[in-house]
Amino acid sequence: MTINDKYRNRELVQRTIQEIKDTVTQKWHIMEICGGQTHAFMQYGLNDLLPEEIELIHGPGCPVCVTSLELLDKAIAIASHKDVIFTSYGDMLRVPGSEKDLFSVRASGGDVRVVYSPIEALKIARDNPEKQVVFFGIGFETTAPANAISVIKASEQGLDNYSMLVSHVRVPPAMHAILSSPMNKVQGFLAAGHVCAVMGFKEYETISEKYKVPITVTGFEPLDLLLGILQTIRMLENGQFQVKNAYPRAVKYEGNIQAQAIISKAFSECDRQWRGIGIIPMSGWKLRSEFQAFDAEIRFNVDHIQTKESEICISGLVLQGQKKPFECPAFRNICTPQNPLGATMVSSEGACAAYYRYGKQLNE
Amino acid sequence: MCLGIPGKIKEIYEINNIKMAKIDYSGVEVEVCLEATPEANVDEYVIVHAGFSISRLSEGEANETLDILREIDKINQQEHNQ
Repeated sequence: MTINDKYRNRELVQRTIQEIKDTVTQKWHIMEICGGQTHAFMQYGLNDLLPEEIELIHGPGCPVCVTSLELLDKAIAIASHKDVIFTSYGDMLRVPGSEKDLFSVRASGGDVRVVYSPIEALKIARDNPEKQVVFFGIGFETTAPANAISVIKASEQGLDNYSMLVSHVRVPPAMHAILSSPMNKVQGFLAAGHVCAVMGFKEYETISEKYKVPITVTGFEPLDLLLGILQTIRMLENGQFQVKNAYPRAVKYEGNIQAQAIISKAFSECDRQWRGIGIIPMSGWKLRSEFQAFDAEIRFNVDHIQTKESEICISGLVLQGQKKPFECPAFRNICTPQNPLGATMVSSEGACAAYYRYGKQLNE
Repeated sequence: MCLGIPGKIKEIYEINNIKMAKIDYSGVEVEVCLEATPEANVDEYVIVHAGFSISRLSEGEANETLDILREIDKINQQEHNQ
């Protein structure tokens, strides 16, 4: 039994749910930022066990979902080059671009490969010196150290045939954007445990103070999720707004200093376009100027891309927590995981995919 | 991709000047990069994202959190008994 298995104890889960029921006295809207947590809530059926006063709003924490259409179209253009081996995390391959997806590039003869890690992409570059190897560097703070180290090592080892198409996003600027919106309903947050494992949670204290919202750093097992809800509800009911850590076995206040050093060595902050949401100031990371030679956008000159979004898909509103997947006319109908209209139906962290998979069709 | 999985370190080594480890996920062995948790030892649990270890799991903290939850359990039981 691993440490995490202990966090699936049925009896403790039932007791913690009872404690949540005993604590809550009114309606509260809580956002879980991370798409992994959205799936975990549904996978374990926890959302059905929580009292109806608690409404979970699903956040934009799905990197596949928020990667901009423009960058995806650029990825498709680069992957179509005949001397390119294009490498990516698997989820990105089925995300619809303006005209096609990366799978169709592969079907037409492009060398598009799924890798588990950018370290694998580095190895492919080393083994194929006559090819250009490009890695699609998407993700939040969790994948940033892995993506950063691949560029740092490529630079140290003179692997000139390696480059990265960077689409990094950061959570705290997205929280600012959500809380500043006039449409905002979110009263408390479950902060994504693994993002905080890397970055710590100092930055969240500023958010909590500025917008007067409680934030609980939360893990991914059933008891982690429930403890996150319980701590947040307790603060809401008591009129408190602080940052609490319900996931101390993985998260320290200061985060992982070594991982942060790796990130800052390769990346600097920049404005970033989020699919379905728009530009959020300083919400992304780009390669620092000393690593520009490894920037695939510069190497392949793909600035002329014209994008075209689906007219029906409401994934932008879903990502901002303003609509639930079942409110989309295309959901389950013409939009399915086999034929997705939007990224939220593709990704294993997308809210539409979670509702599809776990049978959330009506307003349950 | 963002789903971090805790795995147990079986072996630590270097490939092309990168600190790597063999990690066991309940019987499945995977190679991961250990550059951001260089002080992690064999038999320790780390959380892995995209083939990269981002955090060492603290067993002490894990048990402490469970103790807090068990305390809730006790309080509930006392209330039910009253």
